[in-house]
Amino acid sequence: MTAVDTFVEHYGSARAALPGQGLPWLARKREAGIAKLADLGLPSQRQESWKYTSLRALEKTDFRFAPQAQGPSAVERVPSLLPSETGSHRLVFVDGHFSPSLSAIDQLPEGAVLENLGGLLQREPAWLEAHLDDGDGEDALRALNSAMMAEGFVLRLTAGIDLVAPVEVIHLSNAPAAGPALAYHPRNLIILEAGAKATVLEHHSGSGTAANLANIATEVVLGAGALLRHYKLQNEAPSAYHLASVTARVGKGAAYDAFTLSIGAALSRNEAHVRLEGEGADCHLNGAYLMRGTQHCDNTTLIEHLVPETTCREIFKGVIDDRARAVFQGRIVVHEGAQKTNGHQLSKVLLLSDQAEIDAKPELEIYADDVLCSHGATAGDLDHDALFYLRCRGIPEAAARAMLIEAFLAEAINAIAAEGLCPALMTSVGHWLADREGPESL
Amino acid sequence: MLEIKNLHATVDGKEILRGIDLKIDAGEVHAVMGPNGSGKSTLSYVLTGREGYEVTEGEVLYQGKNLLDLAPEERAGEGIFLAFQYPVAIPGVPTTTFLKEALNSVRRYRGEKTVDALQFVKLLREKTKQLGFSDDLLKRAVNVGFSGGEKKRNEALQMAVLDPQLAILDETDSGLDIDALRVVSESVNLLRKPENAFLVITHYQRLLDHIVPDRVHVLANGRIVHSGGKELAFELEKNGYADYVGAAA
Repeated sequence: MTAVDTFVEHYGSARAALPGQGLPWLARKREAGIAKLADLGLPSQRQESWKYTSLRALEKTDFRFAPQAQGPSAVERVPSLLPSETGSHRLVFVDGHFSPSLSAIDQLPEGAVLENLGGLLQREPAWLEAHLDDGDGEDALRALNSAMMAEGFVLRLTAGIDLVAPVEVIHLSNAPAAGPALAYHPRNLIILEAGAKATVLEHHSGSGTAANLANIATEVVLGAGALLRHYKLQNEAPSAYHLASVTARVGKGAAYDAFTLSIGAALSRNEAHVRLEGEGADCHLNGAYLMRGTQHCDNTTLIEHLVPETTCREIFKGVIDDRARAVFQGRIVVHEGAQKTNGHQLSKVLLLSDQAEIDAKPELEIYADDVLCSHGATAGDLDHDALFYLRCRGIPEAAARAMLIEAFLAEAINAIAAEGLCPALMTSVGHWLADREGPESL
Repeated sequence: MLEIKNLHATVDGKEILRGIDLKIDAGEVHAVMGPNGSGKSTLSYVLTGREGYEVTEGEVLYQGKNLLDLAPEERAGEGIFLAFQYPVAIPGVPTTTFLKEALNSVRRYRGEKTVDALQFVKLLREKTKQLGFSDDLLKRAVNVGFSGGEKKRNEALQMAVLDPQLAILDETDSGLDIDALRVVSESVNLLRKPENAFLVITHYQRLLDHIVPDRVHVLANGRIVHSGGKELAFELEKNGYADYVGAAA
């Protein structure tokens, strides 16, 4: 049986337990999703967009959908990324299931909705029917998400609301290794109407040896002048799979500021598709990743400039060690008529070993004639002169290397607007560097 | 303190040092002068252990220890400091972080107590005041956006903080205007004491007006071909290196 067959079979047995029973529109959406998956199959390396990333590993795992949360029900510590005194709204998911006891949503302003998908499906199914994106296009993973989605978060702000306190979404993977590998398909919606502002921080944290699959689909719609800061720390368990896609529509004068730090998972892919639909729309798609062992990390983005005077900035910085491999596919399309587009893309990678590899594929498709676009890709070892300078001053080699790696990443991380988040991210970097020097890193 | 015996070294397969003999005792300032290509920088890199420089013959004893066996960080721990000719810029590493880490690394090597952030800031302020430098440079990343003079000032400050036993100044005067030259020289002179020693590598005599040497050595074609007192520097200024280059060939 192929992975697709397994998913289809599980859909068949899990269908009756999925949230939203008794909603014909949802049943239709799920049916359409699983049919599309069966039709398309999982993405193969013969597709241009998946050329460097193989999903063959998924074929070897028998994923289950767990109707109830498994593993220890008492989670000891919820890993927040913010200093404890920061007021934030928090939604916690354990193995894909919403945990009301670990979550805490403060008083929300009038016109704001922040809820788990399961809850909103019960309270306002009509609204979800209207706003959940219809088509999955030719995206098999998204179709699977449509079929199997059970939970996720929904943030909706009506015009002008500035949700000052950040929203923390924490996904914990807690299933014991002895049990089956779990697959969960979170579906998230962020809809900010005109002038609304929010900051969403996602933390995906897993431990142990379970090979869970998180197949995440997020939809973002930003009205005129809206601002969304969307930051994510992916620190899944070393054998986990993390496949996440974000589609964002950015309206006139609105801004989408995104950053992902990828550290965990055996295989991860962050896919982002941003449509700059109104004049003055702006998007920052930035990221950093630290990969080692045999990890594989894929960042694939598509930014479309559809109208004049839009801007985008993309900087991805990676550190790759051992036999790990990273992929960066950055496609920027400047449509006809999108004059005065300003788009810049940069991929910078530190290769720390002979077998570390980066496949960087920048693509610029420009159909307007008055634009300013640039792209660049660098890959190399640490600066030997800098290394010698530090050692010459007494700093031991391992510490000197760590210092330079940290400096390389700090530039990307400190550029994030949510200052409270930076220390936590740099701490994760610090742990990665410390582990590197230990025997288990070999 | 430092004894170099018949040192031969190659770089990229080419022999640059062809038998250097040099002895430096505590409290002394030695100047090594020579034309371009004579091996001046090679000597400083071999003494500090830079990769790519292969010692093919000879030995270097530092306070009785075999220096060539030690890694660059160990040599720093033993008290050797190199003021680079072209200090490299290190983006993303703040100067204070770097310097504190360096000081504590050296202290750990010697089994001494490390300093915490507060103690370090106090020490740093003391040294910048002593040298007459401003605090500005400290807030920036190491050597990033520094002018030539600022880079050399930064080297001098690091030297003051790390308080080495043997300081090697590799063409400290290159790229400096007269005022910067004086400032850097003054800081070196302030650090001079009976317990430490300086090896000043330079092409031009003018630096030696400010940092007055006890001994001057002429380096030509990879060998020290002549040594003398400080008057030798004036002689070289007047007559150039031609005589000595001929002698060494």
